[in-house]
Amino acid sequence: MNEKLRMTLIYTVLTVCGLFMVVPFLWMLTTSLMTQPEFNKHDSVFIPKEEYFVWDNGTKEQHVIMVQVEGKETVIHILGKDNLIVKEYVRVPSDQVHKVKKIPSIHWDNFAKAFQKVPFATYFANTIYVALMSLIGVLITSVLAAYAFGRMEFKGKDLLFYLFLSMMMVPEPVYLISSYILLDKLSWLDTYQALIIPWCVNIFTIFLFRQHFKSLPKELFESASIDGCSTFGMLWRIILPLSKSVIATATVFSIIGSWNSFMWPLVMTTRPELRVLQVGLSYFNQEASTQATLLMAASTFSIVPILIIFFLAQKQIIASYAKAGLKD
Amino acid sequence: MKTKWKISPYLYILPAFILLAAFRLIPIVMSFIIGFYKWSIKGTGEFIGLQNYARMFTDGVFWQSLLNTFWLVIIVVPASLIFSLIFAALLNQIKKLSGFFRTIYFLPFVTSLVAVSIVWKIIFNEQTGLANTFLGWFSIAPQKWLAEPTGIFQLMFAPLGAHLPTILAGPSQALFAIIIMSIWKGLGYNTIIYLAGLQNIPKDYYEAAEIDGANKLKQFTRITVPLISPTTFYVLIMTTITTFQTFSQVYLMTDKGGPLNTTKLIVYYIYEKGFDALDMGYASAVALFLFVVILGLTILQRRLEKHVNY
Repeated sequence: MNEKLRMTLIYTVLTVCGLFMVVPFLWMLTTSLMTQPEFNKHDSVFIPKEEYFVWDNGTKEQHVIMVQVEGKETVIHILGKDNLIVKEYVRVPSDQVHKVKKIPSIHWDNFAKAFQKVPFATYFANTIYVALMSLIGVLITSVLAAYAFGRMEFKGKDLLFYLFLSMMMVPEPVYLISSYILLDKLSWLDTYQALIIPWCVNIFTIFLFRQHFKSLPKELFESASIDGCSTFGMLWRIILPLSKSVIATATVFSIIGSWNSFMWPLVMTTRPELRVLQVGLSYFNQEASTQATLLMAASTFSIVPILIIFFLAQKQIIASYAKAGLKD
Repeated sequence: MKTKWKISPYLYILPAFILLAAFRLIPIVMSFIIGFYKWSIKGTGEFIGLQNYARMFTDGVFWQSLLNTFWLVIIVVPASLIFSLIFAALLNQIKKLSGFFRTIYFLPFVTSLVAVSIVWKIIFNEQTGLANTFLGWFSIAPQKWLAEPTGIFQLMFAPLGAHLPTILAGPSQALFAIIIMSIWKGLGYNTIIYLAGLQNIPKDYYEAAEIDGANKLKQFTRITVPLISPTTFYVLIMTTITTFQTFSQVYLMTDKGGPLNTTKLIVYYIYEKGFDALDMGYASAVALFLFVVILGLTILQRRLEKHVNY
């Protein structure tokens, strides 16, 4: 009994805290499905609903915004084409005016509106291009370096490895200004290579591959050596096929990292056609600051690709982050 | 394992090394040098010695952003550590739905900071935000959140007629909103790290304690907390380093450093000086100062670790 109570308590605490973690996402989604006037009214927080009046005089139906009931007669306000100024007041019998309530009333058009308002298609394309290019770079440089660090003996190995590691510890804001000046001198500002090439090396990924290469059995290398495999051939034909899971982990880390990176592309590019998704989204945040429903729609579609990757491989992703954290 | 030519290991490292040297090492060294220059965007700048550093001492906004950053770190880091350890300890005791909760807690960590900053900006909106709706359920008056420069302790004690001095007034409510959001964002990662650490503690210890009649709370404080301390230090260092670098939330949730500069954090200040005011020498000096602070704290925490660890 005591055990049962304890378990109930644990699940209650976890659920309440779990709600705190997901409610922002739920609210993002439900808000993105509302119309802006409805969101501004703020009388239904989570379920998109809609209330409006319809004037139906038998021959035609018309949406009306404001009505004033005066006994058997109702004054309806008909707006002009711009939906701002009242064009005319019409007095009609009250039974011709109906209140319409729609729950839930889901408006997917916020997504299309937000997507077209600024060139999000370009931002997506840029982000995917930058993420894939840096992924290829990261995999090449990491596998090669990790192979040397993990399976070879040479002078200065430890020193070099610590140099690599210590550079990982330097926070990005520290070298942001000087990197900007450097890229300016190289005339790389506002180019794709400014977004790609500096991020084609990732010390964390080197670390990940090195741990894996170290864990492979010695016999594997010895037998391959007897068969006359060159050092590179061994890497290409024997080790890499055995490293699929590490390659997958590194790929996921790298893509999540590039997809979410913000400060660097914000600073290094100014041309709108070079904007990546996060930068585009931040400009959209300024442009559409009063239109919460559009902002929520844009936020939603900007995180969907990452969420798909995450849900497809959540177990492996969480386990990799945990493992990477422990191997300090 | 033997290699045929001694040159080959270096060739394997070369691509990574070239990139690191060009885009990490050189910029890091450059930022030391630029800190001694008056450097605007183009050209080479003018050597001014330690003037940038001297200027920091008299720059009120710099000190304010430093104070704001300290408030952020001092609240976010312990709160994140305590909550994530508790979550991990609870998750470690359940079987059903454990994976489900893990996924949910981890969700904020993998989603982009820009998108969730926008979401939280709307959550903290004074008129239509979810935060005030939530407070309304408990009959608490709506708050101004991101537009409120008054310190949270001041706001709490104001009904009692207290008027606290600036230093005790606490982080502004605007900054506090960013603090809540930052805890939310990082909690899942720390929970997962703690959970992995907890799974390394041998079950026998708990069984022995059970036989000795120690209750669950005692087991947690006497076994879990001490034995998990290596993980705690790792989480402590990582959370401190990342929290010091908070930028996107300020950039996206508040307008140019918030009401009366109360959400201006040090990295935002670096950005503002470097890329709005184009005062890159000074921005570099501030960045270097940040580096020294982070490095100092990391070394301090590592020292402490050696004293405490079991």
